[in-house]
Amino acid sequence: MEFLERFAIPHPSPAIYASMVAIALVSIGILAGLTYFKKWGYLWREWLTTVDHKKIGIMYLVSALLMLFRGGADAIMMRAQLSAPDMKLLDAQHYNEIFTTHGVVMIIFMAMPFIFAFMNLIVPLQIGARDVAFPRLNALSFWLFFAGAMLFNISFVIGGSPDAGWTSYFPLAGNDFSESVGTNYYMLAIQISGIGSLMTGINMCTTILKMRAPGMTLMKMPMFTWSAFIANVIIVFAFPVLTVALLMGTTDRLFATNFFTTDNGGMDMLWANFFWIWGHPEVYILILPAFGLYSEIISTFSKRNLYGYSSMVWSMVLISLLSFLVWTHHFFTMGQGALTNSIFSITTMAIAVPTGVKIFNWLFTMWKGKIRFTVPMLYSVAFIPLFTIGGVTGVMLAMSAADYQYHNTMFLVAHFHNTIIPGVVFAMLAGLTFYWPKFFGFILNEKIGKVTFWLLTVGFVLAFFPMYITGLDGQARRMYTYSEATGFGALNMLSFAGAALMAIGFVTIVYNIYYSFKNSSRDIGSDPWDARSLEWATHTPVPEYNFARTPQISSSETFWDSKKNGHELFKGEIEEIHMPNNSGIPFVMGMIFFVAGFSFIFALWVPAVISLIGIFICMAMRSFEKDHGRHISVKEIIETEEKLGGAK
Amino acid sequence: MHIDNSQPLEYSTQQNQLNILGFWIFLGAEIMLFATLFTAYFTLEGRTGSGPAPAEIFEITPVLIETLVLLTSSFTIGLGIHAMRLGRKNAMLTFFTITLLLGLCFLGVEIYEFMHYYHIGATYQTSAFTAALLTTLGTHGAHVTLGLFWGTFIILQVKKRGLTPETANKSFIFSLYWHFLDVVWIFIFSFIYLKGMM
Ligand code: HEM
Ligand SMILES: [Cu+2]
Repeated sequence: MEFLERFAIPHPSPAIYASMVAIALVSIGILAGLTYFKKWGYLWREWLTTVDHKKIGIMYLVSALLMLFRGGADAIMMRAQLSAPDMKLLDAQHYNEIFTTHGVVMIIFMAMPFIFAFMNLIVPLQIGARDVAFPRLNALSFWLFFAGAMLFNISFVIGGSPDAGWTSYFPLAGNDFSESVGTNYYMLAIQISGIGSLMTGINMCTTILKMRAPGMTLMKMPMFTWSAFIANVIIVFAFPVLTVALLMGTTDRLFATNFFTTDNGGMDMLWANFFWIWGHPEVYILILPAFGLYSEIISTFSKRNLYGYSSMVWSMVLISLLSFLVWTHHFFTMGQGALTNSIFSITTMAIAVPTGVKIFNWLFTMWKGKIRFTVPMLYSVAFIPLFTIGGVTGVMLAMSAADYQYHNTMFLVAHFHNTIIPGVVFAMLAGLTFYWPKFFGFILNEKIGKVTFWLLTVGFVLAFFPMYITGLDGQARRMYTYSEATGFGALNMLSFAGAALMAIGFVTIVYNIYYSFKNSSRDIGSDPWDARSLEWATHTPVPEYNFARTPQISSSETFWDSKKNGHELFKGEIEEIHMPNNSGIPFVMGMIFFVAGFSFIFALWVPAVISLIGIFICMAMRSFEKDHGRHISVKEIIETEEKLGGAK
Repeated sequence: MHIDNSQPLEYSTQQNQLNILGFWIFLGAEIMLFATLFTAYFTLEGRTGSGPAPAEIFEITPVLIETLVLLTSSFTIGLGIHAMRLGRKNAMLTFFTITLLLGLCFLGVEIYEFMHYYHIGATYQTSAFTAALLTTLGTHGAHVTLGLFWGTFIILQVKKRGLTPETANKSFIFSLYWHFLDVVWIFIFSFIYLKGMM
């Protein structure tokens, strides 16, 4: 019994017990369903062991949507608690846990897999490649992300959630002030999925540098590929910093070291610095691919090529460099002195310049274009003004002297949601709608999509603009309640209404998928949007080898050239295609990482050591394995091509 | 699989070239990892709490042995790759084995060094300085340990399968890794030990 006590939740509530039951029931339901419909073999062969970038992309996509709902549930609980003064829905401890898990889930387990989904789905197609450079590693990346996400998500029913904020500042996150295992979950779950992200970074950089179709010079890459490339370069340089910081945080908590403690020489500000040296580049890892998606969508639906291609590229390069030089702006008030603060104010404001260049490029792309207001385009059009507001408030926050007023208030919360929701979340939803037909063979219903769009946009404005005001008036961030006398009540009620609209909006997305699956036409051809870049040049749904013949590239809009200017995309004979084999090792390794993470979290050393050995055995097996992949014969390719409606 | 004979064996297939570029990018990430560790070390080296200061615990002899052994091993693995390029499998295997034995020596001395620190009261928990020191050294040491296993696997594979594009590629990448660990050690030697002893 004593052994089991460590798994109890330190701060239970009926809602948590209800969730436990729900989780147990759903898990049993899934297992039973898989058995009843005899889908285990299918699941194993087609998904758990796949190394196909498209299937991995779809798994990222599904995970990201699930996590959006988990993070969204947290959000609506917080907004409900704040909707009126002195609410009693949540107590202080629960509020702490919820804003922490909300932040981590949304950034690490929702936004990251969402961009990885699009990188996986689109990048190989846009550069005319068969797959990524290291398909097996790609699968491992996914399963590490998945293991991390599962680990983080069980925290609230086993042992207790982390509660020190998504930034997990020390000394608050140290053992003295965070006694439960919650912060161990934070350290290890993010570590595991972070290793996966780093591997994706390496994989994607190599893919983009080395596997482009003949004729595609760097400056002929489609814009999404450019954005993905730069984001992955940032990943390669930023994530190791997080790895080290998390390692030190973990040893502080598990082995009583003194990196971030307040005695024996420990330095709590070192964590804050490391965290944000990773953390600020991280937000650009999220926003650059979003910019890339908007670029594709805006030029497609304006029927014009992207305005200022090279300035788009150079502005992203500049942003990626600057993103490493601004981290101190997250703690202007923590005593660096005026000179340091001024320098970081200026570097921060400088980022507005390349970002502004991009905004104008999008506007000029639309200028005199033949605009079609499809759902993806609506999101893009709403993004421009809303994101600009987020950027302007960002520049306000960047002024270090003024930041003493805004710091840790709802103004900041409004600011970063103002960039991240119209910036990242809208881009993901726009991309989802835009690329859905490519991978699933039908278009999502446009009418329902527009309803979703309006619910989200109006909901967003209602939910977050009032926070600017209450923030300036002094409503603090991460406070679970406020008194009647503050006068914040009405505006917070408005925020709650907005959040509720957004929640309804997210539900309509699921409904739309269901509705379109039942009702949408399957006869949409391979280019339903009259699009411009290479990913639309192959069949829908995409065959496993992507392109039967390697495409010949003329420009960043090769496909458009082939449609309008008679450029010959596919030349020569169909040849045999080499493909990688499926493998169960990545999945197994992911699961072992899960067990290892769990064991470390609860300081169960025996299983921890055993699972580490297991990980090494998997690596050794990989080393000795002889895997030369397999070949798809010309006959098979021709048959597949015919089946999909004519050879390409 | 298309083999391009104008290239050295380790570069001769498309996948081989991808592997090498991918590994260089990985080394870029490793540089960031160690740069972060060094930053932590430089920030914390003066923060000794009630524990000892760097000059009080560093001993020159084991450090010199470690340095000598590791530098030599970098040289021998270079000879190993040279032999591989000439297609001399046995010479290559000999040099790889010597490299790993030197690596093992290094590790032995490093373990001795850690025990020494422990005995004189500079443990992982003593102060921010000791934690940063042992984490930086330990991360490097863990890399060496992993390298010993990895190198052994490669030797076994070359022995059994001969010099193929695949085994040559693995051996070459392993040599990059090993040289990298040597470079990191040079930084550790200069900026942790020498600086700390002055
Ligand atoms: C869908 C609508 C959303 C709503 C209604 C919402 C609401 C909130 C609220 C009420 C807070 C806590 C404020 C406080 O008391 O400090 C918060 C914090 C936060 N949110 Fe959201 N959010 C939403 C979406 C997102 C998204 C999409 C992301 C990121 C991709 C995100 C990232 C964060 C982060 C990082 C924090 C800070 C957590 C912390 O203080 O440690 N949110 N959000
Ligand atoms: Cu920042």
